[in-house]
Amino acid sequence: MLRNKLGKQTLLFRNRPEILGTGSVVGVKEGQGPLGKGFDLVLEEDTFGEKNWELAESKMLSQAMKTAMKKAGKNEDQIDAILSGDLLNQLMSSTFSAKDFSIPFLGMYGACSTMTESILMGCVLVDGGYADTIVAAASSHYSTAERQFRLPLEHGNQRPPSAQWTATASGSLVIGRTENPQFCCTHATIGKIVDTGLTDANQMGAAMAPAALDTIYRHLLDTGRDWSYYDRILTGDLGRIGKQILLDMVKNLGMDMSPAYDDCGVLIYDQEQDVHSGGSGCGCSASVFAGPIYKSMLEGSLKKVLLVSTGALVTTTSALQGESIPGIAHAVAIEALR
Amino acid sequence: MSNASKDAKEQKKSEQKQQMKAYEKYVKKFTPSPKYFSNSVKAFIIGGLICLAASYTEEMLIARGFEKTEAGSIVTVLLICTAQLLTGFGWFDTIAKFAGAGVIVPITGFANSMVAPAMEFKKEGPVLGSGAKLFTLAGPVLVCGISASVIIGIIVYLL
Repeated sequence: MLRNKLGKQTLLFRNRPEILGTGSVVGVKEGQGPLGKGFDLVLEEDTFGEKNWELAESKMLSQAMKTAMKKAGKNEDQIDAILSGDLLNQLMSSTFSAKDFSIPFLGMYGACSTMTESILMGCVLVDGGYADTIVAAASSHYSTAERQFRLPLEHGNQRPPSAQWTATASGSLVIGRTENPQFCCTHATIGKIVDTGLTDANQMGAAMAPAALDTIYRHLLDTGRDWSYYDRILTGDLGRIGKQILLDMVKNLGMDMSPAYDDCGVLIYDQEQDVHSGGSGCGCSASVFAGPIYKSMLEGSLKKVLLVSTGALVTTTSALQGESIPGIAHAVAIEALR
Repeated sequence: MSNASKDAKEQKKSEQKQQMKAYEKYVKKFTPSPKYFSNSVKAFIIGGLICLAASYTEEMLIARGFEKTEAGSIVTVLLICTAQLLTGFGWFDTIAKFAGAGVIVPITGFANSMVAPAMEFKKEGPVLGSGAKLFTLAGPVLVCGISASVIIGIIVYLL
């Protein structure tokens, strides 16, 4: 008999792993966006003083982890593991930033859903007594992602309205066990791959929306909660188009989640910032949660948040071979207990 | 495998395909289409201005005593150099975002598609970085263009 599993896909964290500290570092454009003030550090330049974009992203990620550890009042020796991921091959940014610490490291990959995957696995370690304190993190960088997945930065072209802008952002959480927990991860739902058959890499929001719906619906079913239970249901990076699709699909089910629902990719940029459908990338949901959303939780204006980072598992190979884009979403429920 | 299970499998597959098609159609409802008309107008104006400037330069060169073919080559070089310089300054992509096909279709777009990867992969070294990636964007265009001209050449020869 599984003690800590609810329904088909949801994990219950009985020992209430608590968020002890958060760190968020974002690039120039994200800093100019509507959430700019909510992040710990806004870069003056997207190179962050490094000689290439990849090193800049690693440095951002390290910085986010250091900030989270500092806020949690933990030093390196007190962290049992780092769980981190990004969009680059071999998780370059994460592995290179983990070089800065002598802490056991687990690389996570779920495309843009990585942040909730890291939190989920981190909570399993903490809840199961395999770790006292862990760091969960994720990162993305516009310039490194463009170079790996799309075109050179200086190449002149026009993007379609459904294209999304990879956020230059890193977010990190320190999660641990405490005597008297306050801000806790209570549940997590592991998502399934949902294949919509879409092949257009400029339609990622639409490719991920059904996966997000599947995971949210399953989460509510497994936990027996209602749509209205959460103050905020936040998807990772569906963008404007994906957000509308998700809302419409929920409406077609005869339900309504619009007051509580929003999308990190929509929140992070202003419509005037030339980002078309909105932000994307693992750093998007990571930094938005670790920055402004967690701040609102600390201030007490948000109490129950369901973070659903969404990933479009597109590779340059599969895209060229004409294969569809599998979508995935993992959900983590973060609640203020007092 | 028995025929019945094979049929069932095939039926499931076609059902899935239908579902995917239906979703694609559903998604289209939410996707704004690009502004084809205003994009075309912008491309027409900017592209036209580039042609006008090139033509004017050519006429000037001819008036100064250059041969027509010489003048043509010089104008081409000037266009390429200007596009390369603009790419280097990081302005070309901004212009292209506005003008679209107006600057991408002429030889300026070709120049940009060579310089952009060269800059992007400079960090990986001059040979295996810029050198190897120089033709990533222009290469496919060259291959298709040259192949097409060879085929057409053969057809013309045979006729």
